[in-house]
Amino acid sequence: MERTVLDLWVGVFVAAGIAALLVLALKVGNASTTFNVGETYRLIAEFDNIGGLKVRAPVKSAGVVVGRVDDIQFENQRFVARVAMKIDKRYAFPKDTSVSILTSGLLGEQYIGLDAGGDSAMLKDGDTVKITQSALVLEKLIGQFLYNKAAEGGAK
Amino acid sequence: MKNLRGIGHQVVNGVWRLGYAARFFLLTLLRSATSFRRFRLTVKEIYFAGVLSLIIISVSGLFVGMVLGLQGYETLQKYGASEAVGTLVALSLTRELGPVVAALLFASRAGSAMTAEIGLMKATEQISAMEMMAVDPIARVIGPRFWGGVISMPLLAAMFSVVGVFGGYLITVVLIGVDEGAFWSQMQSAVDFRQDIVNGVIKSVVFGVAVTAIALFEGYDAPPTAEGVSGATTRTVVTSSLAILGLDFVLTAFMFTGV
Repeated sequence: MERTVLDLWVGVFVAAGIAALLVLALKVGNASTTFNVGETYRLIAEFDNIGGLKVRAPVKSAGVVVGRVDDIQFENQRFVARVAMKIDKRYAFPKDTSVSILTSGLLGEQYIGLDAGGDSAMLKDGDTVKITQSALVLEKLIGQFLYNKAAEGGAK
Repeated sequence: MKNLRGIGHQVVNGVWRLGYAARFFLLTLLRSATSFRRFRLTVKEIYFAGVLSLIIISVSGLFVGMVLGLQGYETLQKYGASEAVGTLVALSLTRELGPVVAALLFASRAGSAMTAEIGLMKATEQISAMEMMAVDPIARVIGPRFWGGVISMPLLAAMFSVVGVFGGYLITVVLIGVDEGAFWSQMQSAVDFRQDIVNGVIKSVVFGVAVTAIALFEGYDAPPTAEGVSGATTRTVVTSSLAILGLDFVLTAFMFTGV
């Protein structure tokens, strides 16, 4: 085979392969929205119960993804879950922002919702968010419901 | 007594062959400087291993993606989650099917060709002739083929995944009519660059090394007869397919569990 033709084909092949990797990264994957290290800051929140929250779960405010869950640990002194979040540097939140664990849909994945407060001071890197609301645990909810029903039945 | 000796013979032979293969592999790595100094040799092998495998890889990728889309849609729509079909197709392709199926095809398309070529070179004493001329056959023949295969494999796997995702898109969005925005956005929110795509690429590199190393060793080790070459070619496909599946299990166990 002609040397230049062979070179051309190999060039096309390698270029197509690299293009495929780029398409995978940008169109299929989340490389375009992944927040790089250095462009994020860390917030800590403590919850009594995180339900099924996982590392890398989205952190949303007003429904928009503003960060990701970075780390989840059990705090053995006060028996709570310590959740570290990485928030995009472009977004700042007031000091009295409340953090809650929500579920997308009835059985969907769990994510963290940020509800901005009205404080003029903003949260900084490494701050701990004070106001938190734990995940709803379905079993507890059903248990409570049944208990209430039983109490109603007893009163009649 | 005789049977026992038979078992022992088998085991000793197996271990000896394994050691021989490991030494061959190390020697290939040590003498691979030629493959990069005379990069033209490697480019030629990328053509034979990579470019010529393009058609089978893209056609298989397209159909695998289309089938995934169709089957995924059938099941997911029962739960009212038909938009998640994009996630299903993309995750299965980038994590598992892309690297594994592309490697299996690569083993049968390019690996068997390498074994047959080197086996025949040995049978027609071209390799001995090279040694006579003080040309190192491992540096001149084996090295470029090895690196050509290792470079081609991840590119082929990435193309397989992309074409597969496109196939899934064709079936579910264009043909069935799943919402296009939800298809892409759910896919993008579920597929992580580091976790899914980079791990898929690592897998395909490992498979590339395994398949080419096995194919080259079987060719180099083939008895110099017609039967020997045909047996070596068969062994290449069988051994490398098993190696791909076994390695895939190990890699998956390390990569995607214990988060």
